[in-house]
Amino acid sequence: MSRYNLRAENLHLWRGDRHVLKGVSLSANPGEVLQLTGVNGAGKTTLLRALCGLAHPEQGRVLWAGRDVRADLAGFHAVTIYLGHEAPLKPDLTARENLRFWIGLRRPLTATELDSALAETTATTFADRPVRTLSAGQKRRVALAGLLLCRAPLWLLDEPTTNLDTAGQALVSRLVSAHAAAGNLVIAAVHQGLQVEAHRLNRFELAA
Amino acid sequence: MNALRLVLMRDLMLAVRRPEHCVHPLAFFLLVTTLFPLAISPQLSQLRLIAPGVLWVAALLSALLALEFLFRDDAADGTLEQYALSGQSLTWLLLAKTAAHWLLTGLPLALVAPLAGAALGVPVSAFPGITATLGLGSLALSLIGSIGAALTLGVRRGGVLLSILVLPLVVPVLIFGSQATTLAIRGEAVAAPMELLGAIVVLAVTLAPLAAAAAVRISLE
Repeated sequence: MSRYNLRAENLHLWRGDRHVLKGVSLSANPGEVLQLTGVNGAGKTTLLRALCGLAHPEQGRVLWAGRDVRADLAGFHAVTIYLGHEAPLKPDLTARENLRFWIGLRRPLTATELDSALAETTATTFADRPVRTLSAGQKRRVALAGLLLCRAPLWLLDEPTTNLDTAGQALVSRLVSAHAAAGNLVIAAVHQGLQVEAHRLNRFELAA
Repeated sequence: MNALRLVLMRDLMLAVRRPEHCVHPLAFFLLVTTLFPLAISPQLSQLRLIAPGVLWVAALLSALLALEFLFRDDAADGTLEQYALSGQSLTWLLLAKTAAHWLLTGLPLALVAPLAGAALGVPVSAFPGITATLGLGSLALSLIGSIGAALTLGVRRGGVLLSILVLPLVVPVLIFGSQATTLAIRGEAVAAPMELLGAIVVLAVTLAPLAAAAAVRISLE
């Protein structure tokens, strides 16, 4: 349960001479799903990376619980998970090993927790195969299991539904709703397939 | 501490599944050193004079080959990104990665070096000395090289740039290392150059991971 909100104030970010973020301000509150939309190249990924502290905006700041995240980046990262469009999985390790190393960095994991997260994202059947042999959608399900396991109140998701079948997209919607319903925050750049109760959903349109 | 153990274990496990990143530089080292007797002269008395230089230059080049892959795969699949966002100190995680890298490349090289030395006329009595100097020296190479590997992450085909960046930095390691090896072959005390090598390692352990972490953060932006 998170009582904190995330606020971005007037973010400006340049990539070379391209002005990608032109004064973006947004806020997300506990229990809320913020859907980022915008045409391709509008800067959704850049915005997510700026929010989680990977990209440094030239101007503006990101506030978590009213405090600039730059003041305590490690503390902010401990409550945040960012999932890019590629799942951060090693091709030569099995799905289960990948999760143990990836999420194990953030908190101690038990085998039961791992099993139940894999079951929840219906990844149990291929959990012991090397990730190299998995399809893109299967990898995505493993990454979703990681999302569940890390117990971070703030989820920053970049196209979480890509490569997933209809059942998988419904799964993402269910996980996101449940996470928000538990009083947490989700910010997701997603075009379609996200079904969340209307009172939880906010939209933020990024101008190109 | 648990995080460091996980990073170390993961890299060791990956190396077991995909050993070529460690085996290739080692094979390269053995091949290069055995070319010298063929190219110069099979006379051991002559080869013994150049043996320290040959061993060290070959070790350096083989270390550069291995360094190219230190962070590359992790950068490509988003692992470094997750390291940076894990809430753990990136500096410590990269130190653990570099330690794993040394265990997988530097240490094996030091262990097979006497084999290459034998082909160059190095007496058996100098074998422990050669392993010790190359072991310590390759640790310094891995640490200093980690800065170069991190700096060249964003560069396509960064291998050559990596060499240009790292080689000047490791000249002191080469000087003291080959000095120690020369002394070991002559059967003299190697303490003085070894202590200087040790000092370089201590300095590198302290500063290199900080610099590498800063470079990795820049490459992630």
